[in-house]
Amino acid sequence: MNLTTRRTRMAAAALAAITAIGGLAACGNDDTPAEGEKPDKLVVDTFGEMGYDELVKQYEQQTGIKVELRKTAQLGEYRPKLVRYLATGKGAADVTALEEGILNEFKANPRNWADLAPLVSSEISDDYLPWKWELGKAPDGRLIGLPTDVGSLAVCYRKDLFAAAGLPTERDQVSALWPEWNGFHQAGQKYKQATGKAFVDSITAVSNGVLFQQGADLFYDKENNIIADSSPAVKAAWETATSMADISAKASTWSPEWSGGFKQGTFAATFCPSWMLGIVADNSGEENKGKWDVAAVPGGGGNWGGSWLAVPEQSKYPEEAAKLAQFLTNATSQVEAFKAKGPLPTNLEALKNEAFLSYTNEYFSNAPTGKIFGESVAQIEPIHLGPKHQAVKENAFEPAMRAFENGQASKDEAWKQFTTDATTQGAF
Amino acid sequence: MSLSATTAPPPAAPPPPDVASRRRRRYFLNRLDIKYSPYLYIAPFFLIFGAFGLYPMLRTAWMSLHDWDMVGEHTFIGFDNYTELISDDYFWNALINTFGIFALSTIPQLLMALFLANLLNQTLLRAKTFFRLAIFVPNVVSVAAVAIVFGMLFQRDFGLFNWLLNLVGVDQIDWRAQEWSSWTAIATMVNWRWTGYNTLILLAGMQAIPKDLYEAAAIDGASPWRQFWQITLPMLKPTFIFVVILSTIGGMQLFTEPLLFANGSIIGGNQREYQTLAMYMYEKGIYNLSTAGYGAAVAWAIFMIIVFVSLINFVLVRRAAK
Repeated sequence: MNLTTRRTRMAAAALAAITAIGGLAACGNDDTPAEGEKPDKLVVDTFGEMGYDELVKQYEQQTGIKVELRKTAQLGEYRPKLVRYLATGKGAADVTALEEGILNEFKANPRNWADLAPLVSSEISDDYLPWKWELGKAPDGRLIGLPTDVGSLAVCYRKDLFAAAGLPTERDQVSALWPEWNGFHQAGQKYKQATGKAFVDSITAVSNGVLFQQGADLFYDKENNIIADSSPAVKAAWETATSMADISAKASTWSPEWSGGFKQGTFAATFCPSWMLGIVADNSGEENKGKWDVAAVPGGGGNWGGSWLAVPEQSKYPEEAAKLAQFLTNATSQVEAFKAKGPLPTNLEALKNEAFLSYTNEYFSNAPTGKIFGESVAQIEPIHLGPKHQAVKENAFEPAMRAFENGQASKDEAWKQFTTDATTQGAF
Repeated sequence: MSLSATTAPPPAAPPPPDVASRRRRRYFLNRLDIKYSPYLYIAPFFLIFGAFGLYPMLRTAWMSLHDWDMVGEHTFIGFDNYTELISDDYFWNALINTFGIFALSTIPQLLMALFLANLLNQTLLRAKTFFRLAIFVPNVVSVAAVAIVFGMLFQRDFGLFNWLLNLVGVDQIDWRAQEWSSWTAIATMVNWRWTGYNTLILLAGMQAIPKDLYEAAAIDGASPWRQFWQITLPMLKPTFIFVVILSTIGGMQLFTEPLLFANGSIIGGNQREYQTLAMYMYEKGIYNLSTAGYGAAVAWAIFMIIVFVSLINFVLVRRAAK
């Protein structure tokens, strides 16, 4: 082989490489399956622990369609992947879980998602919590998500620390301490006087609790205009939370100070959606088993978290994918998932289910979590979350609140910081 | 293509060989070989750079001229992103943070590296290879691991550094709550990781300085300190400038350490005390989906800044060479 042939080959190879890299233009679905054709395999994308392992096996047996379950541990890793799938038009699963905080921004471009309304049984629209069902609809009215779970809200508290401060330790008595947020604050002050230690993990945890039980628009109005500086719900959460800086351990959720604080007893109470119980148990360790318990949240029910199942427009089998999503969110499946990993059902029938209502959590002093969370579900007020709700909350509202909590800014300065940032973070 | 004649297979029944033409042909091939082979040898780099360096850069430039939604519409808007950037407070904040952390990390780091390299360069030192290897170890550890461990050490409530401060009677510091403390913490991670690396480069530079200069100086009665000051440093200048350029590029692109220090929050602190340029680029370009075009403009701004700072360094090199 002489030199020139080699060079020609090199050039050809290089050219091939460049076209391969440069030619990543979206090719779309050029091999659309024929109408009604059965897929060999469906792919499901989930984050965290949604408890679907056994359910997809059941589905495989029933239908003969293989289901591949792709799990991502954290929402923070999950979102960028999903963004990449949508931006490149490739790689998305047939069924994709969307968390409430990110659902809104993906709803902003509803054309990325299949309309499920014609694909699922029409009668299931009454099977779920009505507000949860409504939130699964895009601004243009198409149904893009089927409800999976809700967070619901309760208070996790340390019985041993409560006893040491002379506070009651019985579940019902503790709940009776704080029918309203004021009572929670007073209990915290009493605890602090007795022990000299902080009572609650952070004021942002408090603001989460207040924010999600308002049942009104938060950072956006119904037309998706930012109303951060004029929203009564946001103001209420702000005022309640900032007033509790005196009993706060200043350990914001997910920070190392927070994770370590569980073992150290830096704080005696925190706010627990159903999916948080496992995290509290992990952080507190085996040695604190039976010291934690669960009480009602002040001011009535609230919700933090929860998801929907959607079908991306790129899926080659939207009909089959929608059927699978419908199966995973039906009453039986939701009870199974709760027993496996704890996501709280949104299906009305599942919420009445005996196995669900009688479930007790061993780590939390055998608290009847099924009953506690099941009851608080009924009190959840529907909230309209705008397209960039999560970004406004995480990158404008909470940092400003923490700046106040740490003494970096006065209350007015912090509020100004929040309203300025809310505008840029909330733009879409 | 005229070359195709040479690549065509020989005809089935070749004519009796004509010596002159064969010689001509061999000569021609030799010419080709000498003229073009070098290009072939360097081609792989340029092809890979073209695919993974140049193409993404040009595409980013193209994106920066648009109002670009990552999962939606793209609209051409010319240089609007850049004009907006000039008046963007958070961009300037990120720029100041980046330079602040850069100064806190590069200056002590290079002084330290110079000192260590000089130590390792001593003829009297035993176990040289061991020390040279050992000093490079921090650089081998993954950035994420370093950032996570240091993030724990700099914790407010149960961090080792605050515990040590408590021992000597200083109040605990909330490292993430002010600029000076957060910059210091991040600069510490950078220094821990890169001091050894720069030490080795400087050491290589020192090894290249002719020994007879030192011998002559020693005969003239110059002290080791004076030898270092008047021989090592001037001769080391080009290497030193090279190290500065490398540190500049790294410093301007600082991302992982501050991001993990912020516990994954892209805004870097409650009031953006330590959000770097690269973090701001990520926030606008990737995190916020709908402002990808603006993020691309930030990326190009970072590129311009690196070019500018490197140019200054280049001028300094030219001066030093003279």
